[in-house]
Amino acid sequence: MRPVAIVGIGQTPVREHWDAGLRELAVQAVWQALDECQIDTVDVFYVGNMLSGTLTGQEHLATLIAEYAGLTGVEAIKAEAACGSGAAAFRQAVLAVASGAAEVALAVGVEKLTETSTHKTTDGLASAADADYETAMGISFVALNALLMRRYMYEYRYHKSDFSAFIEIAHRNAVHNPNAMFRHLVNRDQYERAKMVADPVNLLDSSPIADGASAVVVTSIDQLKRFPNRPIWVAACEVSTDTIALDNRENPLWLKAAERSVHKAFKTSGLTHRDIQLFELHDAFSIMSALSLEGSGFAERGTAVRLANEGHFAIDGRLPISTFGGLKARGHPVGATGLYQIVEATLQLRGQAPEAIQVPDARIAMTQNIGGSGATIITTILTRERL
Amino acid sequence: MMGIPGNWRLRKQRYQLAGTRCQNCNQIHFPPRQVCPACKNRQLEDFRLSGRGTVYSYTIIYQSTPKFEFFVPYVVALIDLEEGPRITAQLTDVDPDQVEIGMPVEMVLRKISEQGERGLIHYGYKFRPRIR
Repeated sequence: MRPVAIVGIGQTPVREHWDAGLRELAVQAVWQALDECQIDTVDVFYVGNMLSGTLTGQEHLATLIAEYAGLTGVEAIKAEAACGSGAAAFRQAVLAVASGAAEVALAVGVEKLTETSTHKTTDGLASAADADYETAMGISFVALNALLMRRYMYEYRYHKSDFSAFIEIAHRNAVHNPNAMFRHLVNRDQYERAKMVADPVNLLDSSPIADGASAVVVTSIDQLKRFPNRPIWVAACEVSTDTIALDNRENPLWLKAAERSVHKAFKTSGLTHRDIQLFELHDAFSIMSALSLEGSGFAERGTAVRLANEGHFAIDGRLPISTFGGLKARGHPVGATGLYQIVEATLQLRGQAPEAIQVPDARIAMTQNIGGSGATIITTILTRERL
Repeated sequence: MMGIPGNWRLRKQRYQLAGTRCQNCNQIHFPPRQVCPACKNRQLEDFRLSGRGTVYSYTIIYQSTPKFEFFVPYVVALIDLEEGPRITAQLTDVDPDQVEIGMPVEMVLRKISEQGERGLIHYGYKFRPRIR
């Protein structure tokens, strides 16, 4: 496999974009990324998206977006892995280049969640779970996370308000990200008073429903001369799966797919936990931050919430997380999220993050995109220098 | 939204907790499987679960998906069944504030949801505090 580098990025603000549909959002992100590279076409085009068919009646999405981006004729395929669709599309782009099948590949994640009522969107998001045995029993996606959070609090003796630390970190970082949806601080008092959605998960534990698109152009080491930007290297991009239904996991508090994908990513890159300087994790719910940190080996079982309260994951902590606000405060346009994480990690490694959230001398970053409640986990390691 | 064939196909699971048992390693599964996840054996036999278990975790749902708004607030739990499998189901006949982890529960057959005034009514398993 050939070394692969990121040479262009693009992103729309994460918002309720009432005036833009899937194609408009995606085309904005695609052309930002192409303009950065000073190119006007690619060899292959992957779209990460979860709910275009369910919420907007539009499938065959990649071909549509390629057409409206002015790229008719280019190979275009949609990748779907629930909330992990963005990184799934990125991995396909990386594999296409690494294998030699393509020289330049583009991955764009796009999601439009405000096209329909919140009800319909909630229903759609629940389709990431087992339709016959979870959703059919009245479970929502929030409720699955609530089942995890309740058990976590029970086993490790945490109080609900302890989870506020993750929310405070995300919002504090998002203040400095012009593309974030919520650029305001949240304190513990507000967290404790937030409306309950599925006890113990309240509104502030949950990432917001949002629209957005983000895109990345990757190329091979042989083509780098053509591109003006400093390349950011894809040291690893690895996927693992777990059971779809939470109830089929022996220990639902242990994200085996995180453990396995991180293990593979370290094996591929030759790096270890100590090398990672920042971690864009999948904080769709505060409990997911804790489980992701533990399953990935950055915290012992049951300790992530305590470490968060001790400041370990703040922007100036030992391992900054959600540096641009994460899913919680940047927003979670589900199929686009994985590519937002990669765009943000790229900005960190280029040294182009806003000053207040720039991790000093960032050389190595990890991102982790999760589909469902840990059923698909895609872990990526990006580096400033080629390893 | 599941139609008539899907509901008919799942009737044994929904009404009788019909699962499978691996003829090689004896692992019991719910839902039923074609391949044993423990040993990959494909010789499985039908196995009906007793419906007795304990609460592993639970949530009280205040904002549901549209089909379940009628029940709000309601409790959904992960239940450890006596025979081994864990199952996701609603709790019924219980004050949500009385539910706790470890609570013994048993299966009952109840209305799960309905598809509008003239649509299908879905029946299936829920669990209540154990009285039998």
